[in-house]
Amino acid sequence: MSEQRRIELPVLGGVSRRTALKGVGAALGVTAFAVAVSPLRRVAGELTADEYFQKHYKELDEREKEAVLARLQEAAREEAGRNDITVSDDPPIPGVKFAYAINLSVCNGNGACVEACHRENNHDRDTNQSYIRVLELPRGSLGLDGADSTYTHEVPAPDKFYMPVQCFQCDNPPCVKVCPVEATWKEDDGIVVVDYDWCIGCRYCEAACPYHARRFNWKAPRVPAEEVNPDQGYLSNRIRPAGVMEKCHFCLHRTRRGRLPACLEACPTGARIFGNLLDPDSEIRAVLRHKRVFVLKEDLGTEPSFFYFFDR
Amino acid sequence: MLIAAGALAVGAGVVPSVLRQPRTGAAILPGAADARLASDAAASPRRGAVVDLPGLEHANLRIACATCHDTREPNPLNAAAADLYLFHQGLVVRHGALTCLSCHNPSDYGTLRLAGGASVAFEASATLCAQCHAPQAADYERGLHGGMTGYWDTSRGERLRKSCIDCHDPHAPAMPAMRPTFKPIDRFLPPREEHR
Repeated sequence: MSEQRRIELPVLGGVSRRTALKGVGAALGVTAFAVAVSPLRRVAGELTADEYFQKHYKELDEREKEAVLARLQEAAREEAGRNDITVSDDPPIPGVKFAYAINLSVCNGNGACVEACHRENNHDRDTNQSYIRVLELPRGSLGLDGADSTYTHEVPAPDKFYMPVQCFQCDNPPCVKVCPVEATWKEDDGIVVVDYDWCIGCRYCEAACPYHARRFNWKAPRVPAEEVNPDQGYLSNRIRPAGVMEKCHFCLHRTRRGRLPACLEACPTGARIFGNLLDPDSEIRAVLRHKRVFVLKEDLGTEPSFFYFFDR
Repeated sequence: MLIAAGALAVGAGVVPSVLRQPRTGAAILPGAADARLASDAAASPRRGAVVDLPGLEHANLRIACATCHDTREPNPLNAAAADLYLFHQGLVVRHGALTCLSCHNPSDYGTLRLAGGASVAFEASATLCAQCHAPQAADYERGLHGGMTGYWDTSRGERLRKSCIDCHDPHAPAMPAMRPTFKPIDRFLPPREEHR
């Protein structure tokens, strides 16, 4: 963080730090309460009975799931005024466990992956939201205290290296354990997903994730109709309601149909490698076999499905 | 038609005003057989020099290398674009100690030449690159080097793999500096002008 950067909450101008902190506490308390009761608040508003009585994703039978998908698809089409939007729900592929690797010798921090994620996943245009954050770190260090993700200068800068961070789809995910309503869970192909219609927005998972990989929708994402990605998934990139958590899902609406994730296709340096960890001939297995890989904060025991390596 | 344009340029003694160095063909390495190469998917052939002649700006005339080189003696002493006075001006060569004829084949400019003297098609230029860049070539064969698009599961769909020269300019192969154009707008950063 540079010294000249002004850091303050947008809502609290010209108050002392002490009052500000009190204010923050009060504001967060009120916000948390408001969000916690939001289903009740909304039921009086535009929420329909179908939406209110929708069951947890895992409890939906096939017929109910189809009805939910049809309803969401209809709403998405109406909202954007486009008839090409589909909301699907691709199941995990049996015998597939996804894993990702990034070559840090090659990544130059240009951020094309960040933008590709933004467009693919129908992120809010006002905030440039994305599931990926590229950290700029001093060479020879993995201390995240010195990391900066806000750089705008030409890359690669001298004596720096770049580390994209997104959800690591941990095998021992702390975010899943802390969810009080089981709105987030790990699927059979290793992807940690969120049921946006079940999430109460308490943000425990955001606090539990040691990688800062989860995002909160402070407001409903605003995407111009012509920019909406029409290929949407229930557990992935459909436009989320306000007040729910979201996170990288390895582009499951693409990868569960055999396609590569959007961030990988966008990378102009070829630093990203994706594949099936259970296939001994896959590229991701070749990484593990031929490169010295590491995972971030290994000591925490989160067991990420996301590896970093250097060529040299 | 290409030859006619070339003859026009050379015959009239015209130095082309703009010269863009073309990207040449794709590369084929063993082990990459499961995937098509991105450069193969491009429709048009890309070999030769693309010139805009005075009075014919943006005509995109493509002039085959052999148009001139068939009738000229190769000069092995030429090592830089600055040594040449026709067609190659502005070409930046920053590739170790290599000279033109380290890779280009003086007996047939329609091909490239390996260190051992064997000629190799432009489409197989990766074979040429691999002579010096063995670690990268080995990684490429395993799918660990170079970008790709399409399907991770090649039983479900096609994968397009980039070749060496899709990302690296063969004359100046170091990845150029880039500027990040897309940054999340964090709530805790100073507000944007319109929000002040």
